[in-house]
Amino acid sequence: MVEPAVDLAHGEAHDDHAHHGPQGWLKYLWSTDHKVIAMQYMFTGMFMALVGGFMAYVFRMQLAFPGINVPGFGGVSPGEYNALVTNHGTIMIFWVAMPVLLAAFGNYLIPLMIGADDMVFPKINRLSFQVFFVSTIVILASLFVEGGGFAGAWTAYPPLSADSTYNLTPLGSTLWVIGVGLEFVAFLLGGINFITTLMNSRAPGMRAFDVPIVVWMIVVASILFMLSVGPLLAGAIMLIFDQTIGTGFFNPATGGDPILWQHLFWFFGHPEVYVVLLPAMGVVVEIITTFARKKLFAYRTVIFTIVATGVLSFFVWAHHQFIAGIDPRMANIFTITTLLISVPIAELCFIYIATLYGGSIRLTTPMLWALAFVAEFLIGGVTGIFLGAAGADVYFHDTYFVLAHFHYTFFPIAIIGTFAAFTYWFPKMFGKMMDERLGKIHFWGTIIPFNLIFIPLFVLGMGGQHRRIYNYDQFPDIAGGIFQDMRELATYSLLVMLAFQFVFFYNCFKTARSGPKAPKNPWKANSLEWTTESPPPHGNWHPLRMPVVYRGPYEYSVPDREDDYWPQNDPDGAPLQVVDDDDS
Amino acid sequence: MRPIATTRAATGTETGKLAVWWVLASEVVIFGGLLASYVMFRLGHPEWADAAAVTNTTIGAFNTFVLLSSSLTAVLAHQAAERGDGRKAAMYLYCTIGGAAIFLGVKTYEWWYEISHGYTITSNGFWAFYYTAAGLHAFHVIAGAVIMAFVARDAAKGLELHRVELIGIYWHFVDIVWIFLFPLLYIAK
Repeated sequence: MVEPAVDLAHGEAHDDHAHHGPQGWLKYLWSTDHKVIAMQYMFTGMFMALVGGFMAYVFRMQLAFPGINVPGFGGVSPGEYNALVTNHGTIMIFWVAMPVLLAAFGNYLIPLMIGADDMVFPKINRLSFQVFFVSTIVILASLFVEGGGFAGAWTAYPPLSADSTYNLTPLGSTLWVIGVGLEFVAFLLGGINFITTLMNSRAPGMRAFDVPIVVWMIVVASILFMLSVGPLLAGAIMLIFDQTIGTGFFNPATGGDPILWQHLFWFFGHPEVYVVLLPAMGVVVEIITTFARKKLFAYRTVIFTIVATGVLSFFVWAHHQFIAGIDPRMANIFTITTLLISVPIAELCFIYIATLYGGSIRLTTPMLWALAFVAEFLIGGVTGIFLGAAGADVYFHDTYFVLAHFHYTFFPIAIIGTFAAFTYWFPKMFGKMMDERLGKIHFWGTIIPFNLIFIPLFVLGMGGQHRRIYNYDQFPDIAGGIFQDMRELATYSLLVMLAFQFVFFYNCFKTARSGPKAPKNPWKANSLEWTTESPPPHGNWHPLRMPVVYRGPYEYSVPDREDDYWPQNDPDGAPLQVVDDDDS
Repeated sequence: MRPIATTRAATGTETGKLAVWWVLASEVVIFGGLLASYVMFRLGHPEWADAAAVTNTTIGAFNTFVLLSSSLTAVLAHQAAERGDGRKAAMYLYCTIGGAAIFLGVKTYEWWYEISHGYTITSNGFWAFYYTAAGLHAFHVIAGAVIMAFVARDAAKGLELHRVELIGIYWHFVDIVWIFLFPLLYIAK
């Protein structure tokens, strides 16, 4: 599914470079161009989003109408249900949020926004996608092997994940570990590229504090990923040995400990939240400054805030384990760090609001997505306080409250953030302007059902509905009445939301066929990617006319200027280079 | 053809060297997670000392000596490359690969001896960590030696001499990991 879409992106722009390397569709498969690799990541990620969404549809149908013959799938057995929820979680995080937000937008934006012609290691970049592609095949194949896909929940706690007499998926669970491990290797390769590219390949004149926030965010996220994933890779090796050779790292009978896995998993798992959150928050910064026509409030504070968030995120992991038998004194410490980490994130939200305050706001489709991100993520953040406090978490743990909280954070990140970025950079990526009316229909058709899916789940969770149950008919207290109504409401809303995604795909295809051509800088934005053609040619700029930077990326509505924007590479007024007054 | 991006160096440090340091950062946490798990378990299981007593400290010390010496030749290779003497650099790199080969050979003998006496990876928690940690390290030795062979082949022709230093940095890391493994697995009885 990758080739035609990539073709769309690089149609004519590439013709004069066609003599480089392999011809035809192979050109796209073996390309080292960061934009082509970004598209490969993006379309693989979107395809996997459809797979993950289909899984959600199947198990939501089963939850609302136990025993129903789900159209397009059939009856859902308990084993299949477990495999569906496990792989829905795994796929949505590791094969949708990470490849699209981090890898696709990281690859696309970093070189363009810092004024480079490509990543510093184009071949390693290509290798990164190829490893990722193999990992995608492995995880998809694991769904069809004997015994079915892995059914031990996406957190893969032993002994359920380590011993196939418990999870009943001997092949699926091993393939799952291999797939996730390969995926980590792919992002390590990509991350090293991102970090070194930002460090070394900025355009002449671009200082550290002239770099657009989204690039900072993606790179800080890459560093977080790199420093947190190691212990889990070590854990994955141990888990695979436990599964296949029969070692007992996680088996108390041979001196092991299942809690070790929880520590290794969440030591990665919590920074991982910020790995995907930060790029989305960066995307929002670019959009709200552009469409509020206002300078970003407190640029440097944003940078220091995300670094603080990154450091703190390594000291909160045990809040996932409050009922796993950890020492209550430890629970106290982790409660404090968890409540602390909400401070920098709240700070970012206030910075966004301060940026909007007094701006001349334009409610375009990307702006709607960006504003929705702030509003919806806020709900996710506030409900997280309940779960971060050990006292409340003992009750809420493993209920639908957790699930709803989680989706109020990850849906804004992975779906709202992605649509914001996609609609904002679509003119640059594909050289066409999207239909605003269809875009807004899609926006409201996604946001309203999203809230109607997950608000009922908060209520169900507070009512005590446990999350890992296949059929609630077995529990007379919550089988019928308002509980059943809530479950049905959530499922119907999901169907509505999925249906509205067709508007999005229709909009994409309509735009590709007959959309108006996009100018270089349709939004009148400042950063460097808007100074080249839409879509940018191979090498992004003419090799002899690479951009030079004179100022930061957020100089909107500067007094005494005719235009209300001031591109970073505009030499006009250059001697009076902006002094370090970003924080004023 | 290299992109313009690769030729820039805003930090003043060559891009390849930066990347190697970041690779090492990611490797440190992989071994860090594994060894931290081992240390925690070891403190909780005093009886693992009986298993640790079986490991052969003399052979381990010999291997430590071999690996440290191979790092010395890696440094000499770097020195030769700095002077632009590609052939000499390649010669020293081949010496380092030779050290790696001796290390792996001794390791094979050790494992053969232990496995044939019934101490396998499934015997108990100590042996599981012993084979996993040393195995992961040996895997890094093999990978480093293979990459080094490619670097040496180019260096002998006077090409890509800056890579001699990069593979040297990596080799020191492999060395340092062993310096942690040796006391943890052999000396602590």
